[in-house]
Amino acid sequence: MNGWAALDLFLQTDPRDVGCAEAMDLLHVYADLVAAGVPAEERYPGIAAHLRACGPCGQDYDGLLAAIAGAAP
Amino acid sequence: MLLRAARREAGRRGPRVQITGPELEDLACQAAGDALLAITQKAGQFRGESRFTTWAYRFVIFEVSAKIGRHFWRHPTRPLDAESWDRLPDRFGFDPAQESEWRDLLAALRRAVDTELTPRQREVFVAVALNDVPPDALAIKLGSNRNAIYKMMFDARRKLRAALVANGYLHDEESRRS
Repeated sequence: MNGWAALDLFLQTDPRDVGCAEAMDLLHVYADLVAAGVPAEERYPGIAAHLRACGPCGQDYDGLLAAIAGAAP
Repeated sequence: MLLRAARREAGRRGPRVQITGPELEDLACQAAGDALLAITQKAGQFRGESRFTTWAYRFVIFEVSAKIGRHFWRHPTRPLDAESWDRLPDRFGFDPAQESEWRDLLAALRRAVDTELTPRQREVFVAVALNDVPPDALAIKLGSNRNAIYKMMFDARRKLRAALVANGYLHDEESRRS
């Protein structure tokens, strides 16, 4: 990706994006669906859009998935 | 279980923010303890929408995240009010050999930051986009929260992109799809 595309991507916003508060409220539900192989993005497109765009929430999501995977027998 | 998850999460994130060794272990222990407190206080709010363990792990993740955000200000990488415009080409991967092609774009972006954003949006954009201040750390500094900082950045990004589209530097979404 060149600089123009990277800057463009950084500035793009998705109107479906629900914001941090709603995404964090449902993060455990979303992560459990993903861990179970359910297409969570289809059920919660606004959360998916947010997790793609928000670095801190994306980090929390990755951490929660890692915790779920680490706890799996 | 909580401590193990806190150690794993602290270990995953810590090195990126230069927290290691006993300091990292201390952070993990505190996060696990605070998460246990939060879980105990909020157990009645669990609605069974996910596994209980996933719901509980969420508090561990949030506590590690918050503690790492606070840690940032012990060793800030640059002053909050610095404006590191010269770092933008590197950040977005602009090729120095093609500076004549992107110099005008970045100048237009800088103009838009000065003219399109509110003072608060500008402050947040400069801190996050130019000075690499993590949003959680910025929220602590400004007495705000992650959601408000994100909303400020969201609106700033939307305005800046619209300004660059209006001035012909970027394509709008409709023409991209057609």
